[in-house]
Amino acid sequence: MAVVELLLSPLAAHVRTARLVTVTAARRAGLEDGLLDELRFAVGEACSRAVGLHARHAPGVLVRVTIEDGPAGLVVTVVDAGPAAGPVPDDVSAGIVEGGDLAGDDGEHDLVDPDVALALLTGLVDTATVEPGVTGTTVTMRWPLPVAARGPGATAVSDT
Amino acid sequence: MDLSLSTRTEGDRTVVVVGGEIDVYTAPKLREQLIDLVSSGQYHLVVDMEGVEFLDSTGLGVLVGGLKRVRAHEGSLRLVCTQERILKIFRITGLTKVFPIHTSVEEAVAATD
Repeated sequence: MAVVELLLSPLAAHVRTARLVTVTAARRAGLEDGLLDELRFAVGEACSRAVGLHARHAPGVLVRVTIEDGPAGLVVTVVDAGPAAGPVPDDVSAGIVEGGDLAGDDGEHDLVDPDVALALLTGLVDTATVEPGVTGTTVTMRWPLPVAARGPGATAVSDT
Repeated sequence: MDLSLSTRTEGDRTVVVVGGEIDVYTAPKLREQLIDLVSSGQYHLVVDMEGVEFLDSTGLGVLVGGLKRVRAHEGSLRLVCTQERILKIFRITGLTKVFPIHTSVEEAVAATD
């Protein structure tokens, strides 16, 4: 199993860094090209949400992004220290249109609405799970890797 | 890739050509552009998204904010997009019901409600 871990200060500019690193790691792990866009959009959404929550509620705490490839496929985890996530809303468009800019009105960061971000990323990735906890929320997204990509190298590492 | 923005006038429509990535970092630039256009009395906007490579919910929020601003002046905001990866974001969030989405700038400029 190979692991890449990122710790991000809650700055909007770092969300792009997280996307780029995650896509690079996923490509290296052998994720199909056809799934790279889905991964890029979903990870971007998860990180936008986490960075926005940290900027508002935990500016001194780093957002943790972990990318693992192994027998379970490619697993990307984004852990935040914001208020625990509520239920993912069913009707996103109503919330967006009635709620004004998702971004709130702080001008400088244009922070993403956390509920809409969750709805979007769970809509993008069937296997995404959202686990609210005492100290924040863990978003886990999984993608299958071709058997060849999980082959001898991954097995040998996990066996030792 | 960062966000690129340019505008041009076609008849009574203002076409905003957007390229690159619309995310939590770059969306404020698009927001300022839309606010500036409405402030200067341009209420019929066509946002050409054919060059957009990434769009997140922050960007969606800015587009919705723009739509609300032009509607306050009985204006319109139409999108041009044929990229499946971007259209998927609008479909998942139900915003295909909110925005008229066209396949070309010509079609959007010619469209009437």
